[in-house]
Amino acid sequence: MARRRPRGFLDPVRERVDVLERRVLGPDATPVKRATFNRALTALVILVLGALIFAPLYGFDPAALLAWLVSAALYVPPWESIPRVGRFVRPVATLVLVIAYPFYFDSMFTIPIFGPFPDIATGVVMLVFAMMAIGLNIVVGYAGLLDLGYVAFYAIGSYTAAWFASVQFANRTVHFGSVGIGPTVPGFHISIWLLLALAAFLSALVGVIIGLPTLRLRGDYLAIVTLGFGEIMPQIARNGDNFFGTGFNLTNGPNGITPVDSPGFGATLHRVTGGVLPDNYQTALNSDNVFFWTAVGLVLFTIFCSLRLRDSRLGRAWIAIREDETAAAAMGVPLMRTKTWAYAGGAFFGGIAGAYYASFKGSTFPGDFFFNISVMILCMVVLGGMGNIWGVIVGALFLTYLDREGLANIGAWLNENLGLNIEVPKYEFGIFGVILLVVMLFRPEGLIPSARRKAEFEEGVHDQPLYDVSH
Amino acid sequence: MANVIMEARELRKEFGGLVAVDDVDFTIPENSIVSLIGPNGAGKTTFFNMLTGVYKPTAGRILLRAIDVTGKPPHAITERGVGRTFQNIRLFQTMTALENVLVGMHTQLKGGILPSILRTPRIKREEAAARDRARELLVFSGLSGVHDEYARNLSYGDQRRLEVARALAIEPKLLLLDEPTAGMNPQETLEFTDFVAKLRSDQGLAVLMIEHDMRVVMGISDRVTVFDYGEKIAEGTPVEIQQNERVIEAYLGSGAATGGAAG
Repeated sequence: MARRRPRGFLDPVRERVDVLERRVLGPDATPVKRATFNRALTALVILVLGALIFAPLYGFDPAALLAWLVSAALYVPPWESIPRVGRFVRPVATLVLVIAYPFYFDSMFTIPIFGPFPDIATGVVMLVFAMMAIGLNIVVGYAGLLDLGYVAFYAIGSYTAAWFASVQFANRTVHFGSVGIGPTVPGFHISIWLLLALAAFLSALVGVIIGLPTLRLRGDYLAIVTLGFGEIMPQIARNGDNFFGTGFNLTNGPNGITPVDSPGFGATLHRVTGGVLPDNYQTALNSDNVFFWTAVGLVLFTIFCSLRLRDSRLGRAWIAIREDETAAAAMGVPLMRTKTWAYAGGAFFGGIAGAYYASFKGSTFPGDFFFNISVMILCMVVLGGMGNIWGVIVGALFLTYLDREGLANIGAWLNENLGLNIEVPKYEFGIFGVILLVVMLFRPEGLIPSARRKAEFEEGVHDQPLYDVSH
Repeated sequence: MANVIMEARELRKEFGGLVAVDDVDFTIPENSIVSLIGPNGAGKTTFFNMLTGVYKPTAGRILLRAIDVTGKPPHAITERGVGRTFQNIRLFQTMTALENVLVGMHTQLKGGILPSILRTPRIKREEAAARDRARELLVFSGLSGVHDEYARNLSYGDQRRLEVARALAIEPKLLLLDEPTAGMNPQETLEFTDFVAKLRSDQGLAVLMIEHDMRVVMGISDRVTVFDYGEKIAEGTPVEIQQNERVIEAYLGSGAATGGAAG
């Protein structure tokens, strides 16, 4: 029964590190000391590798050294052993670094091959996808339901924002809390803040409606049905300019809905707060920055809810269902209701992300919601480490970065230095596939797995005897 | 006779053409220990799965304290105070022992979504109380010092004990044990038998168990029911069963009639 983990190619390295560690620290160092030593060694290796690669390619860059120093100062010392405040040091410092990103990103160093750091507009998209990945993680990572149509909720969120904050329904004129819209402009113009909430609840509702008939299915069958819903949504969006032949223009078809209103706090709040709260995001001088900071806030909100849910009665029930449906039901967990909640929870955050993204781009098109987006979000969850929010966030940021900037940069570097002429971004999904394969081969639990997942994939330390003997 | 906690009336289950359980009438009185025995493939576990809602009966009715629960989903039956363990251990492998028990408390806890996210004082109190109760149950079931171990890392005996602790977390009135001593050594079996007797005397539980170890069956059962080919072929006190000709013929063999182990 015990799954034996095959000896990985990194294992000899690990063993040598262990030997080195014993030689430096002595045989009975505390675990904290040993972990610190390991982290210091990692940081040192990165510095040496960095110097070896950087120096010949770009020459010495003080920004790179500074970045290394800051990361090492955060990563190496055993901050968590400081009583009470210690465990907040790394998260808070990371958050500060993220919030300050717009101020230092353009003076950052150039990463070899990958090129410069992502700009702020890319950062917003990365955060939006992080939010969706955390949402999907509730469905896939916690409850173990394979959802291949998550993009449907993203679409519902986007269109909710587009319907109620644009000129789409021009025969009505309803204004409420919108910014930068003249009072005579037709159509619904509701405050984006309200629409974020509306999109969340509408998506959750659709999640329940989709969930009720489909969640009776298990495993692959569920995946196929969700795949179907993921395909239906963009088709409805594409053909919705003449809804069921009634002439009712729901989605404006392939032309999409544009422009979508901007979020903002309005002139009064802008003045009262001395210009801290922006009047109108899309026309603000630091437009991308305010979108970025708001996205950081939304991601924090998503993380918070997701962690609290995981540690609640409902979260336990989700994990129980993932582990063993029959046993969970026998323990009094109502399967349908609990799975539906997982679906609704995931959809909730997908809806917020969709609405926010529509408002950021100022538009929404059916082409934004094709199947490949579902797969990409699923890749983020799997790559990062199913069930672990931090892993999922890292996976989402990295893949979105590759999608937006990274692959193009890498392609440019390859073409320039190797004299090739390949359009690398064209092979995006092939490359994602290879990344996923490599991760599955060498680190099937994901980059940063949750403790649970790790336990699942590692060889059991204790025996599991007699399992098959007694029958 | 005491009040009946669970009753099956002409319960029947067919899989295709195969009749796994053939019109069985069956009662479990309150605060009693009833054993279900029979050769492999006699339909015992199928019968169990019908009582707990995992299978829908083809025909017949199941009454829980005189309320019809036929065809209700498993969680609805669990909510009415029926806890169970599984023949081949089905713990939540990557949850800790404590978390496993907490899942068992699912029906007793209230914790809604919004209060859980906000972590209101009520939720905090409820969770703390649930954890205390779970620890108590683990200790009561003979599991000390392994609360934070993943279930999959526990020894076989401890996994069996954890399954019982998890079932007890439901606060059942009726506990269904499917071959609880399978794979245990004689010492563990003895301890477990005492434990089941204690459950009945201290907690007032009724216990229905499928068991192959005749020492356990004959030692603590008030009544024994024998299945063969999906039919109930005998029912009575352990002594009656030991002397029942049909049972001896069909299943026990002559050795068991004198109290030896069979199975």
